Amino acid sequence: MDNSMTSRFTAKSWLVAVAFAVMAPAFGAGWEPTKPVEFVVPAGTGGGADQMARLLQGVISKNNLMKQPLIVVNKSGGAGAEGFLAIKEAKGDPNKIIITLSNLFTTPLATGVPFNWKDLTPVAMLALDQFVLWVNAETPYKTAKDYLDAVKAAGPNKFKMGGTGSKQEDQIITVAIEKAAGVKFIYIPFKGGGDVAVQLVGKHIDSSVNNPIEAVAQWRAGKLRPLCVFDDTRMPYKTKVTETMSWYDIPTCKEAGVATDYVMLRGIFMPGGATREQVDYYVDLFKRVRETADWKKFMEDGAFNTTFMSGPEYTKWVEKAETTHRELMREAGFLAKP
Amino acid sequence: MVELSALFHGFSVVLTPFNIMLMMIGIVLGVIIGVLPGLGGANGVAILLPLTFTMPPTSAIIMLSCIYWGALFGGAITSILFNIPGEPWSVATTFDGYPMAQQGRAGEALTAAFTSSFIGALVAVVMITFLAPLVAQFALQFGPPEFFSVYLLTFCSFIGMGKGSPFKTLAAMTLGFALAAVGMDTVTGQLRLIFGFTDLMRGFDFLIAVIGLFGIGEILLSMEEGLSFTGKTAKIDPKIVLETWKKLPRYWLTSIRSCLIGCWMGITPGGATPASFMSYGVAKRMSKDGDKFGTGQIEGVIAPETAAHAAGTSALLPMLALGIPGSPTAAVLLGGLLIWGLQPGPLLFVEQKDFVWGLIASMYLGNLAGLIIVLTCVPLFAAILRIPFSIIAPVIIVICAIGAYTVHNAMLDIWFMLLFGVIGYVFKKLDYPLAPLVLALVLGDRAEDSFRQSMLISQGEVSVFFSNWLVGGITALSLVMLFWPLISKVQSRLRAG
Repeated sequence: MDNSMTSRFTAKSWLVAVAFAVMAPAFGAGWEPTKPVEFVVPAGTGGGADQMARLLQGVISKNNLMKQPLIVVNKSGGAGAEGFLAIKEAKGDPNKIIITLSNLFTTPLATGVPFNWKDLTPVAMLALDQFVLWVNAETPYKTAKDYLDAVKAAGPNKFKMGGTGSKQEDQIITVAIEKAAGVKFIYIPFKGGGDVAVQLVGKHIDSSVNNPIEAVAQWRAGKLRPLCVFDDTRMPYKTKVTETMSWYDIPTCKEAGVATDYVMLRGIFMPGGATREQVDYYVDLFKRVRETADWKKFMEDGAFNTTFMSGPEYTKWVEKAETTHRELMREAGFLAKP
Repeated sequence: MVELSALFHGFSVVLTPFNIMLMMIGIVLGVIIGVLPGLGGANGVAILLPLTFTMPPTSAIIMLSCIYWGALFGGAITSILFNIPGEPWSVATTFDGYPMAQQGRAGEALTAAFTSSFIGALVAVVMITFLAPLVAQFALQFGPPEFFSVYLLTFCSFIGMGKGSPFKTLAAMTLGFALAAVGMDTVTGQLRLIFGFTDLMRGFDFLIAVIGLFGIGEILLSMEEGLSFTGKTAKIDPKIVLETWKKLPRYWLTSIRSCLIGCWMGITPGGATPASFMSYGVAKRMSKDGDKFGTGQIEGVIAPETAAHAAGTSALLPMLALGIPGSPTAAVLLGGLLIWGLQPGPLLFVEQKDFVWGLIASMYLGNLAGLIIVLTCVPLFAAILRIPFSIIAPVIIVICAIGAYTVHNAMLDIWFMLLFGVIGYVFKKLDYPLAPLVLALVLGDRAEDSFRQSMLISQGEVSVFFSNWLVGGITALSLVMLFWPLISKVQSRLRAG
């Protein structure tokens, strides 16, 4: 990087920092954290939730959005149960927050570990993570229909679907596709989304339902091909990602004839018993994070659905998502035996 | 020679006063992180990652990767001086490094460790410079059966080399597998062996077991022996570095072998820990002094350190070229790349030339700077052993406890550490080997996952482990390694008869 770039970069961040320092008192009315805030990630280092948490930490400290430091702590044990239990036990402690992935719903349902989102206080939905059906670019399948027809023609247990973990979002989507298309995959669980993408490039599996950010590098390099996205509407990003396609050019699975949709919550929760002012503080904090250029760029790079919610609207969404997960997991036979 | 000109361009990117300062800071922080057990390279980098968001990406990755090199160097220090591996990949270094320190040869062991670390890293960087695209393709050949065969090879190259009863080795290894099975099972998504205790669901962390088994266990033994600690007779002489260097060229074959094992394991990505164990096992089998391994052989320090560093360095290659991390620290760095707006993957080498070649150039310079820094400190480190044991032991216990706590921020882990300390003491008293337990604990669940993934892929056909030349070759090699003691016995009998 040449020097002029460096100085421009620094100058810009200074400007932003000064701007926020001037604006800060305006927000300083209600409650504020009194000691360093622990930001729990119920997943391992390097995964999607961890990346988002560390970006948030970076954006917040870079722009001076908080007076107290934010400390990211990974508690990944038991498919994230460790992290959720830690927050459940910290009832009434406003200096702790947690970022969620779908394991907020799937882990208690699949393992019977005693926690529920109702033990926590919902703060805000930051974004929704998308899922895309990917195949190796060297295969002849151009559309989701081509591929699923081939899977159907081959008979059950011939095509291999790779995914992250077991009885979690990737396998739930796989089961949903199987039901919608009347096919049967061999589902192979791996530890992380990056592993899955590389296994697909190496042709050790036939397809995956990776998040955009997990597979985008291989897509741009012409190794993987996206077939459809599991959302109601197409992703809104129209900038070309490869030479010919943008995220917007990927059809929804419904358009492609596979009536399945699934998005993953990237949301923030606090321990139970938080007061209105405490929740408002964090809602406000994340609203300001959403305004920053770094966050916007991160959203576009990962092709996130940027829906933001808080308050009763968010609680209602979480309630509905829990019911959906319970339904999907019951149908798939993934519920823990009592 | 496109690579060479690109590399020189990389050097020109790196060689600014600001970047060199960051490099030095990174190395020193890394050594400290490596020395403190439990903190570990991955955690250290994760903690410092947000600090780098305001820097340009090239400077940020230079500092973070230097922390990584520093941690690789630092891990050897406590292993040799106190039998406490600061990092998983330095466990194998304790086998001969600690006996050397006890014999008053700490300076020699440290010099050998640091120098071979440097050589391993250098070979790996040269490979990254010239073979990156080719090697990255090779990593794609690795599916679950290939991974399992690599783990099998690690276990097999280690089995049968123990001096004591093979059944004791087997018992220790089985206990390791049992401990590794506790917690979440990736393949079924169920919790195993937690008996209703939610605290057990994160499983037994390797680091806590190692801190207890080696560190606390050793202190218990020393206490029984009346607080005697022969290390204090160590002579402290800056010349020790040069004297050791004179000895090292003799072991060139071990070095080359270890470099190859290390590079291969780094790329595949098996990682530095299996590399160090496998390299130690192979060196013991191939060396003419193999029987004396474990009593303070300098070769027993060279082999694991060379391999660990070669693997740790080459682990960055699949991360850059494919976006798969070859080690936990690489996984955190990968997250950093994404946050700085760089997409790791096949196009990174094309689109971000400054960044990639700057990083590769910083690997050369960072390792060189690291070597100089740690070597000048050898007499200082060795001098630590002159402190009376009655003073240093409580300090070690406190550091161990902090380390065990840091892994998961859990008090329970300190109790586990003490429990493992007692187990380590009992194992030594009854002459059970600790190494197979540790090996099984660190690789057990990964081996199990890849075995069961293979079984899913092949729908239960074991023949999948011989389904192509690559996996078939590795599996066959492992079986040869496993039965080597038998084979050599039969051979010698035939010759005698």
